[in-house]
Amino acid sequence: MNRNITLTNVETSSDTGIRTEEMLLNVGPQHPSTHGVFRLVVKIDGETIKEATPVMGYLHRGTEKLAEDLTYTQIIPYTDRMDYLSAMTNNYVICHAVETMMGLEIPERAQFLRLIAMELNRIASHLVWWGTYLLDLGALGPFLYAFRDREKILDLFNELCGARMTFNYMRIGGVKWDAPPGWIDKVKDFVQYMKKEIKDYHRLVTGNEIFLHRIKGIGKFDAQTALDYSLSGVMLRSTGIKWDLRKDEPYCIYDRFEFDVPTGTDGDCYTRYQLRMAEIEQSLHILEQALEQFPSGGEIMGKVPRVIRPPAGETFVRIEAPRGEIGCYIASQGKDKPWRLKFRRPSFVNLQILPKLLQGENIANMIAILGSIDIVLGEVDC
Amino acid sequence: MRELLQQTPSLETALWFLLAAIALLAVLLAFVTYAIYFERKVIGWMQLRIGPNRVGPLGLLQTVADVAKLLIKEDIRPKNADRALFTLAPILAYAPAFAVLAAMPFTESIQFADLGIGILYYIALSGITVLAVITAGWASNNKYSLIGGLRSAAQMISYEVPLVMSVVGVVMMTGSMNLREIVEAQRDVWNIVPQFLGFCVFLVAAQAELNRTPFDLPEAESELVAGYHVEYSGFRFAMFMLAEYVYMFGMGTLITVLFLGGWLPIHPALDFIPGIVWFVLKFSLYVFFQFWLRATMPRMRADQLMSFAWKVLLPAALVNILLTAVVISWQSGMFS
Repeated sequence: MNRNITLTNVETSSDTGIRTEEMLLNVGPQHPSTHGVFRLVVKIDGETIKEATPVMGYLHRGTEKLAEDLTYTQIIPYTDRMDYLSAMTNNYVICHAVETMMGLEIPERAQFLRLIAMELNRIASHLVWWGTYLLDLGALGPFLYAFRDREKILDLFNELCGARMTFNYMRIGGVKWDAPPGWIDKVKDFVQYMKKEIKDYHRLVTGNEIFLHRIKGIGKFDAQTALDYSLSGVMLRSTGIKWDLRKDEPYCIYDRFEFDVPTGTDGDCYTRYQLRMAEIEQSLHILEQALEQFPSGGEIMGKVPRVIRPPAGETFVRIEAPRGEIGCYIASQGKDKPWRLKFRRPSFVNLQILPKLLQGENIANMIAILGSIDIVLGEVDC
Repeated sequence: MRELLQQTPSLETALWFLLAAIALLAVLLAFVTYAIYFERKVIGWMQLRIGPNRVGPLGLLQTVADVAKLLIKEDIRPKNADRALFTLAPILAYAPAFAVLAAMPFTESIQFADLGIGILYYIALSGITVLAVITAGWASNNKYSLIGGLRSAAQMISYEVPLVMSVVGVVMMTGSMNLREIVEAQRDVWNIVPQFLGFCVFLVAAQAELNRTPFDLPEAESELVAGYHVEYSGFRFAMFMLAEYVYMFGMGTLITVLFLGGWLPIHPALDFIPGIVWFVLKFSLYVFFQFWLRATMPRMRADQLMSFAWKVLLPAALVNILLTAVVISWQSGMFS
């Protein structure tokens, strides 16, 4: 675990004879701000970070290896546990990959249900981010407000699929459960409610001087760096690159709806904050349209062979998860189990830039920067 | 009370002193107990929670249970900690927080020591708390504690300067450092009106002195876990907590005395209500304000905190002194 961590530098000043030593501080694996079991070894000089080394893998479960021994349907619940804040998009990416390989048709109603579930999940995920980010910065209240509203989404999911976090909702060729009676109206009510709440969030937090001082101009990087580190999602869009797979490589039925891709130019924590807030609003906008056009009847499962055997070959699909691009690579030999399966997890890839961002920063900014990347450790370690 | 203070010392007066001190201690501990209870309740309500409601009716005994738990916990001292300093630090934090209350005039008659330099006494003693924090941070032999302790020391020393400066205006207006006389001088109008700038500076600086939101950096949970008292548990931790709340009690009384007219009623017509009621009301207002802030504000960053103290608060306090001086000399006819 300590392989890549260099020892601290000890210097003795020739004039004063005072011995100075850099301090090696272990942040984590159990630390309130690492959002899970993540360890960050920082070398600090006073309160300035000289070097930061992320240590991860505490939550590694070998999902990809396990998947080689599972049938395609059995893999779906494993994806719930990767990015557990946004399990719907994970469900979707594995189903989407297999469906692409097999060339399956998805019924209209299932497409709508998938889209609504994914967008609700995106809002829930961003709400958790908003709450915990403010918690990291020392404000306790927003966390509870965010969780109150997220709870409403979880209740909706509970009605839809009987689970609050690990949904296991989507199936290859459709979805497992149809929307219960009256569910669509409840989601409509929620969208209206959330629109009001967002305004309150902005009133409570966005204008706060202390908050702005803590995140403006912090953790800056430019578009080239973002591309070099292959960042995606808000991390990429905050540098001015307008790239959202929902628009640029439409999947599901995103091409039918009208929405913006919020983009900033500064590439700092404040831009990322703004973008995530704007994304909630855009998701609400998509939901509004989707709920309006929701088909009144129809199947929720397409015609799928009893045993799912994608043809031999390989495929890679990617979609826009709340944290960035989540991709799924499947190499099949025509059997009912994948020969090799690989997830491109946005949290893991986005985290790579952390040591670069932390170098030379104040230790108090460490929390603001780490929080703004928005990682989920279940997904980083997979 | 006043006659008692001026009597020649004897066994009988000593006994009375002891009793009065115990009474004050009891009041204080009751305050601390219920301040914590109300803090949890108020913040709970502000954050869509209920707060403590299990132990005793309405959860009123929650803090009692918590303190009892802390007192009977095993006394853990880290192996590599500095034994002597580690033991000393909580006492250093605890003693001055109590000692400052001796000079506080709660009402006309309830005051334990009528010092001519009451303000100075308060400020000098409360300065000792910094030592406790830095000692605790150092003696724990923990990196987080050390950073927390050093941050704290820097913060408390920096904010003591504007805190003292903001009080100078009040002293100039009253012409006395005696806390009783300062209250008496507010018969016509409370100091919060003519000394509004001073009041604002004092309010902010006091918040930093108390290490409370948005200046709760020393205990910045998300970065430093618990700051200087990360290694403390059991009754030593309880002493730190107690000191913190008693200090808040002290700051509340000081701000009431200096700016809010102490025990004086809001209007002379309401004189029939006893002074202690007024005092408690004003004091509670301040304590509530504290809780309110805690539920609302994020935390400031260490470096910004320093520049705020030296570049904003201190100049504001100095301007306040200048303005007060000009107005006083103008009133006394120096310019005519």
